[in-house]
Amino acid sequence: MHSFGYRANALLTFAVTILAFICAIASFSDNFSNQTPSAQIQILNINWFQKQPHGNDEVSLTLNITADLQSLFTWNTKQVFAFVAAEYETSKNALNQVSLWDAIIPEKEHAKFWIQISNKYRFIDQGHNLRGKDFNLTLHWHVMPKTGKMFADKIVMSGYRLPNTYR
Amino acid sequence: MDWQGQKLAEQLMQILLLIAAVVAFVVGYATASFRTMMLIYAGGVVLTTLITIPNWPCFNRHPLKWLDPSEAEKHPKPQVVAVSSKKKSSKK
Repeated sequence: MHSFGYRANALLTFAVTILAFICAIASFSDNFSNQTPSAQIQILNINWFQKQPHGNDEVSLTLNITADLQSLFTWNTKQVFAFVAAEYETSKNALNQVSLWDAIIPEKEHAKFWIQISNKYRFIDQGHNLRGKDFNLTLHWHVMPKTGKMFADKIVMSGYRLPNTYR
Repeated sequence: MDWQGQKLAEQLMQILLLIAAVVAFVVGYATASFRTMMLIYAGGVVLTTLITIPNWPCFNRHPLKWLDPSEAEKHPKPQVVAVSSKKKSSKK
């Protein structure tokens, strides 16, 4: 406290330390939010289902995705990253996850949506295991905060099946 | 600033920053606005800077008592006697 510089340094250091505490508490308060997201995915059409020249199966789907992720947004949320993955089992891999679609939701107002599109990313298998395959469509989301811990969770929707023959 | 003033300024700085932080968090949480919290805290930091860093007169109410100049003349500083000339003659 002997000179301007000394006091200014002490003040700045203390202010930044307290700022770190405020941000940590703000992040901690996210644990107390009540989150009730919901989603539904419908496969409207299987556009085509072929075996590629390299021997891998590929399928193109038209999806109808309905979701309400508004309750995930808190005061400390910057954006929510959501993606849909097809999950299935093969003899080679215990779990295959293929991402079909994703979106960044920057605001609460945009978090309740209905979208009908063909898959944004290609659904290609490692091999030719997809005929007659049962698979789950899972909507994953990552809640990205303004400060602090990121939360991730998912909804698993099962009961989807690919046809037994190529189209 | 004098010693008492420095202690006062330091305590004031810590308390004001803590109060600014608490008020900022409570208002921000209640209005669910992160931006509000940051703005209130920034305002608090600026206010604390204005109050505690400059040399306000209130921090100088117990000025140091320097020794009176007439008193200093009665007790002069001891003079240093030069010894270097003796050393040079012994070396030769």
